[in-house]
Amino acid sequence: MSVLTEKVMTRDWGKPGQNTLKGYKERGGYQQLKRVLDSMQPAQITDEVKKSNLRGRGGAGFPTGLKWSFVPSLEKNTKPRYLAINADESEPGTAKDRFILENDPHMLLEGIGIACYALGAHSCYIYARGEFKYPSSVLDAAIAEAYADGIFGKKLMGKDFELNVVQVRGAGAYICGEETALLESLEGKKGWPRLKPPFPAVVGLFGCPTVVNNVETIAALPRIFEKGADWFSKLGAAKSGGTRLVTLSGSVLRPGTYEVSMDTSMRELIYDKEYGQGLPEGRNIKAVIPGGSSAPVLTPDELDVKLEFDAFKPLNSMAGSGGVIVIDDATCAVRSIWRVARFYAEESCGQCTPCREGQPWMARIIRKIEEGRGELSDLDTLMNVAQAIAPWPPIGLGNTICALGDAGALPVQSFVQKFRKEFEEHITRKGCPYGDKPWGAYGEFQ
Amino acid sequence: MGGARFYEPAAMSEPLFTPAEQKRFDDGIAQLLSHYPNDRKSAAMLPALRLLQSLKTWCPPEGMKLVAERLETTVAHCYEVATFYVMFHTEKPGKYVIDVCTNLSCALRGAEGMLKYLEQKLNTHAGTNGEKVFLRETECLASCGTAPCMQINEDHHENLTKEKVDRLLEKLT
Repeated sequence: MSVLTEKVMTRDWGKPGQNTLKGYKERGGYQQLKRVLDSMQPAQITDEVKKSNLRGRGGAGFPTGLKWSFVPSLEKNTKPRYLAINADESEPGTAKDRFILENDPHMLLEGIGIACYALGAHSCYIYARGEFKYPSSVLDAAIAEAYADGIFGKKLMGKDFELNVVQVRGAGAYICGEETALLESLEGKKGWPRLKPPFPAVVGLFGCPTVVNNVETIAALPRIFEKGADWFSKLGAAKSGGTRLVTLSGSVLRPGTYEVSMDTSMRELIYDKEYGQGLPEGRNIKAVIPGGSSAPVLTPDELDVKLEFDAFKPLNSMAGSGGVIVIDDATCAVRSIWRVARFYAEESCGQCTPCREGQPWMARIIRKIEEGRGELSDLDTLMNVAQAIAPWPPIGLGNTICALGDAGALPVQSFVQKFRKEFEEHITRKGCPYGDKPWGAYGEFQ
Repeated sequence: MGGARFYEPAAMSEPLFTPAEQKRFDDGIAQLLSHYPNDRKSAAMLPALRLLQSLKTWCPPEGMKLVAERLETTVAHCYEVATFYVMFHTEKPGKYVIDVCTNLSCALRGAEGMLKYLEQKLNTHAGTNGEKVFLRETECLASCGTAPCMQINEDHHENLTKEKVDRLLEKLT
């Protein structure tokens, strides 16, 4: 068992006043921003972030320092630069950024100070999902405290560097978590992803160079500069630095959001007494969705995979946003993927035909099978529709402008491949083998 | 969407805002615009519609026309945005908007049963807008480890049980 030796994100959560400026400062808050401003050049900061192996926590796991280095130099491009923070957490199975905003908002704000100084960005927009009424209120209070204390504003902690930070709230659209849709939304439009290239680092918000980073990614910066890039890198596994926040949900005794070592295996996360504590008595695992509902499903024999970013590639899945959903053997696999397919059908933005037409089509076929009206040829149609959106096995790029197409099509294909017998049983029995109790060990509302 | 409403709103018998609301709207818009470049006023669309909805509980046509004027954009742009995002109401919603997550993590913890329980208790069907209650099925609310969950007028409630739901419903007057 890999033990988490030091907590990065959750170290101070729940300590008195941690979500206020006073409490945060009592535990050393804003000292790293001050030190960085006093003693480091922007390029040095980016180098440190590269060395730390910090990778994007929103789902793609892209190296953060590398992303920053795509922003052109001021000689090449004189436009203003922007930092946009993605707090549009809406991937089914994922509940982590919300807890950073609620428990330690200044950790994010200090990270924003460090990142903006490194990038030469004088404006930062934090795009939080519209449903986050309470987390957003905590964050707004923290931003106001930071301005009142002279941290943000005309001079960033006294340094001759203006930085303005504002929170903008979304209004209920999963697609706005896609970084270019997020930028469209910040510009006051509907969230339709943009064609890439150009990438946001060159042409982003208001046509200016923009870096979009996840909340957890930026909130890790103060700790990286406190303890050093080498420390952070070594704390991780392989090429993934640091620790991870994972959300464990579904059929486990102890669901919740946990900080884990990248070296932890999926099986340990589900069964360890520190984390999930296993399934209720008599139940076994049928399937595990490892990284939010967009991640192709794993079977019980695939659970020794480590939670670091690259480990999932051989399994044709991904670590994604760390949303682990455990499905027990009393749960209907068809019903499960139907609910996921309905989600992508609802959230497809409507821009690209394969996704706009394909996602609802897949949901309709799966429903037909679940309700006992399916034919064996439906499975071929289902796979064909999915293939037309994004091919299996995944090659990292489907037939749509953004990854929402893949996010809906790949899980469907993984379920049909791995649970084909169960689909066929629905068809031959002309109904769901689980009858009116398809949701497993905890499916009854108590 | 009612076709006629898309264009010019009918003349109103009473003004959209009370004087106090008008002030909050004006001050709010001025503050929002300060967050964006001068030539990008329409970027404030989402927060402006949110402000409008916070004052009127929905986005009425006259309000959208006003937002379009202040943001120097078109009414069509307002409608485009208001109808794209599920949290904006282009029809007046019931007094209590109840959003129930039935996505996978919540479903595995009884969310479908909870939705049925709410339908019975409130004597309505999910998706039906009523005078008192607008009960809706919604997508993931980032409460996966604390499922099942719902939001009542955007206030979040999680780890729900029949007992907790009963207590919440008692407060809806």
